[in-house]
Amino acid sequence: MRITQGTFSYLPDFTDEEIAAQVRYCLANNWAVSIEYTDDPHPRNTYWEMWGMPMFDMKDASAVMTQVSECRQALPDHYIKINGFDSSKGRQTTMLSFIMNRPSREPGFELVRNEHQDRRVQYTLRHRQ
Amino acid sequence: MATIQTNHKKNRWAAGVTPYAELGYYNTNYEPKDTDILCAFRLVPQEGVEPIEAAAAVAGESSTATWTVVWTDRLTPYENYQAKCYRVDPVPGTDQYIAYIAYDLDLFEEGSIANLTSSIIGNVFGFKALKSLRLEDMRIPPHYAKTFQGPAHGIVMEREYLNKFGRPLLGATVKPKLGLSARNYGRVVYEALRGGLDFTKDDENINSQPFMRWRDRFLFCMEGVNRAMASTGEVKGHYLNVTAATMEDMYERAEFAKELGSVIVMVDLTIGYTAIQSMAKWARRNGVILHLHRAGHSTYTRQKTHGVNFRVISKWMRLAGVDHIHAGTVVGKLEGDPNSVRGYYNTLRQNKLAADPTQGLFFEQDWASLPAVMPVASGGIHAGQMHQLLHYLGEDVVLQFGGGTIGHPDGIAQGATANRVAVEAMIQARNEGRDFLYEGPEILEKAARWSPELRKALDVWRDVTFDFQSTDVPDAVGTLTV
Repeated sequence: MRITQGTFSYLPDFTDEEIAAQVRYCLANNWAVSIEYTDDPHPRNTYWEMWGMPMFDMKDASAVMTQVSECRQALPDHYIKINGFDSSKGRQTTMLSFIMNRPSREPGFELVRNEHQDRRVQYTLRHRQ
Repeated sequence: MATIQTNHKKNRWAAGVTPYAELGYYNTNYEPKDTDILCAFRLVPQEGVEPIEAAAAVAGESSTATWTVVWTDRLTPYENYQAKCYRVDPVPGTDQYIAYIAYDLDLFEEGSIANLTSSIIGNVFGFKALKSLRLEDMRIPPHYAKTFQGPAHGIVMEREYLNKFGRPLLGATVKPKLGLSARNYGRVVYEALRGGLDFTKDDENINSQPFMRWRDRFLFCMEGVNRAMASTGEVKGHYLNVTAATMEDMYERAEFAKELGSVIVMVDLTIGYTAIQSMAKWARRNGVILHLHRAGHSTYTRQKTHGVNFRVISKWMRLAGVDHIHAGTVVGKLEGDPNSVRGYYNTLRQNKLAADPTQGLFFEQDWASLPAVMPVASGGIHAGQMHQLLHYLGEDVVLQFGGGTIGHPDGIAQGATANRVAVEAMIQARNEGRDFLYEGPEILEKAARWSPELRKALDVWRDVTFDFQSTDVPDAVGTLTV
């Protein structure tokens, strides 16, 4: 399966040039770019590991792309995403977030049904190993 | 007015009928206070009625006045409680006038849409001296806005909760809207969500009918939602419509939706302002997003000269506390001139707005950090319009493709995928700095080369447009400035 979290998961995987274009868009908007990775892509796993701090002072897309390459080299079999963060008043949140690296095999999720009274079912998603 | 003898020269307190304008309801020297609620009314006086007197009558009848002088006014600081019409402008080339009226903050109960509306649109729309009357806009001062809860979550919280950023959210209303059994209904939910939509939705009139009772629908829909989450790894939701005959019924249905793990419930505008405010409080208390369908609004929002403009309804609903509201598509099958719709969207989404006659915004509006409402575009839209939808409606919007998902020739999931591919391709192009409105068809064609789902969607709906003249557009620039 293909996990479809993120802004661009229904498009073919981005080339480095396409990734850089999105980074430039973030920087042009004055957003801080950050890189995060995980081997647990559960939809409720909010806190992926941070590849360093958000790059608040990095205004150069090629410097960001160096970080992207280093992260991908170190963790080729992890999910890695790039976020653009807007700290401006009233927004103060993520504005763009897309997966730019995936494991070669995505095992997907098992849906566990806990049958309850009155036909109710409690659902749990488990990431397959 | 012709049948009532009015005395222009009499003492202010003499018994009998005095023109409203002479009783203090018209005062061009009045400078609105920062704390006043301001209204812009479009009025058409009856033949022979002076526009100023008609405007003063609107101020009077929507505040303290009755048809004759009453001595009991003298027991009050009446000048404080009188609404004041401080400006009347003719609308060139028509028999219409725009009356600007200021209301003191003390006229309204804190945090009550019912009270606000009972005052301002309570009696006056039936006033005989007017041919017609329309409430065009309202300035809600922060002092009053802050007495309301506002949206249970708002756009930022909703996106963080759903883990979805940087693109419009996608939805679909289950069709046919009436007649499906609960089991078949849940199938549509599953297919649309697994194919790539973020939300599916009950229609406004899906409540609990003989062919499908609410509890059965909720159970099957949540099976579909959870199956789709497992197959995509994304958070998914179905707007379970909890609209019912009584608050007790609605709370029961909402509680059940929450127990089943639904991230969102919905209500219809027809339940009334008070019920909406109650559900907004419930939604914040329980961490469930609240979607509002504006069922019934066109009965009073659509005609240019009578009723309430939708931008006012938008303001009331932002105060009342819904997270989503249907606000027009521009390009779809339902009424909505592009400039007016832009005004509604800005009213719902921005924190601070300047007056802008081209968008029909008569006043500035400062929401004082009240959360933003996510507008929903629904009705006759399809993947082939994605560049126009993104251009007119922006990114913080739910685009709902009902027929445009379920009507896909290869199936519901394929329809959903076509929409998701189209929106992501358009966002990618926009972020790369391309002129996506102009290049939109080409961007979609390029994506359709590798997406058979989008290819089919474009082939089926390519030429579908709904090009009718709007029944309501903002007046010419220059007449509406404040």
